[in-house]
Amino acid sequence: MKLSNRTKVLEQEELTLAERIYLPAIAGGMMTTLKHFFQKPVTIRYPEQKRYLGPVFRGHHILKRDQNGAERCTACGLCAVACPAEAISMVAEERKKGEETLYREEKYAKVYEINMLRCIFCGLCEEACPKEAIFLRHDKMVPVFNDRNEVIFGKDKLVEKMDDRYLRDGWK
Amino acid sequence: MKVTIDNITIEVEPGTTIMQAARQIGAHVAPPAMCYYEPLKGSGGKCRACLVKVTAGSEKDPRPMPKLVPSCITQVQDGMIVENTTSPQVLEARKGVVEFLLLNHPLDCPVCDQAGECHLQDFTFEHGVSKTRTIEERNTFEPQDLGPYIQLNMNRCVLCYRCVYTADQVTEGRVHGVMHRGDHAEISTYIEKAIDNDFSGNVIDVCPVGALTDKTYRFKNRVWFTKPVDAHCDCGKCSGKVTLWYRGDEVIRVTARKNEWGEVQDFICNTCRFERKKTSDWTIEGPMKVARHSVISANKYGASSIKPAFPLKQAAEQYKQIDDNRDRSFLEPQKQLK
Repeated sequence: MKLSNRTKVLEQEELTLAERIYLPAIAGGMMTTLKHFFQKPVTIRYPEQKRYLGPVFRGHHILKRDQNGAERCTACGLCAVACPAEAISMVAEERKKGEETLYREEKYAKVYEINMLRCIFCGLCEEACPKEAIFLRHDKMVPVFNDRNEVIFGKDKLVEKMDDRYLRDGWK
Repeated sequence: MKVTIDNITIEVEPGTTIMQAARQIGAHVAPPAMCYYEPLKGSGGKCRACLVKVTAGSEKDPRPMPKLVPSCITQVQDGMIVENTTSPQVLEARKGVVEFLLLNHPLDCPVCDQAGECHLQDFTFEHGVSKTRTIEERNTFEPQDLGPYIQLNMNRCVLCYRCVYTADQVTEGRVHGVMHRGDHAEISTYIEKAIDNDFSGNVIDVCPVGALTDKTYRFKNRVWFTKPVDAHCDCGKCSGKVTLWYRGDEVIRVTARKNEWGEVQDFICNTCRFERKKTSDWTIEGPMKVARHSVISANKYGASSIKPAFPLKQAAEQYKQIDDNRDRSFLEPQKQLK
């Protein structure tokens, strides 16, 4: 069946002698290979060498503390509802008297988990957060997993350490 | 009686208020209500959220009313013409009302249990301005326990008096009320006396904001992560018709059923509300009907179905008809039509 009148029939001509003995083509291929010996390699040796990630890279999640060291997250659930991969889950708890230095708000996240196999690093959680609590670090990637038990990151891995604070240039 | 609201005419009974007439037309013309609550007698006229413009008083006297009127307590007259969202003056006034209601309201929606089903949140989202102009300090109160089940967070109260009317009309012997006047007004019980009436839990449902909340549900979960299911049981004290809010297999909250205006028709007793929290206590009827744009049906990515007005308007302005005069003779006869 003809769909249109634009069909062309290709006619292949018979190969010339130079084409039939292949040697010129092989020499041409070898030249291309040889050229790459003297060029800079495009790949890097990843775990030892690392690339510059750029100022807007979205990597490892971090739950920020405020300047007094109290956790900013109030377990409002907006990051979890914004997450397209449904990677975030949390359990809220009421702050008790005397815990004001630990938690900024009346309510805090007792459990905060991100499934790093599900996470697509879109940054929508960061955008949704009303308390400026969750950020995706621009300077650190999520480490490689070796086991399925390691993929769910709890508060121990996510909450900012006071001796190793995360700051962005724009915040200073 | 004929009344026209937002260019839609409807025939209503004499004695209907503008609010009820608008609600008969539909949700898109009904003014918002913070204090008016149809099942409670005497409610309404306090929050000014439902202000509308009356451009013609009646058939006999077609002069416009000089000021905006609260639609929940103004009765319709024959031939009345009302402007709700079609009037820029009304929208401007509502922005002011939002600012007044938020004068002392803390912006702690991320903490508050009511977030997601809060009428003030909806009202502010639709009619408010996104920035606050107040620099004064807000009134602050310590959270109080009203009995074992109800917590009062006076910071969030908008003084709508709904809970006072509920206690008067649904329960016997009201023990709480509004104390003091003006800016000092607050809901309180007599010397923090516990509300231990069997129907006292209904004040949680009628509260439009998060001032009165369920202590058994406190910080358990956010509304949009729970699944509402209609259920009933044989209860000697009330109708037993409730909504169960599930998280997984666990019932984390029981509330009365609300209609599309967020109003409870069948008030339920405290036993049903606070003590029957097992699936085996209930006969399940089926999932609750949730409005498509409600946050309760969130996380389903309905973003494509909600089209903001601005891009639509811009697209309409920039639209150009394409002059297409290509040969279409090879198409089927129906498709040849332009």
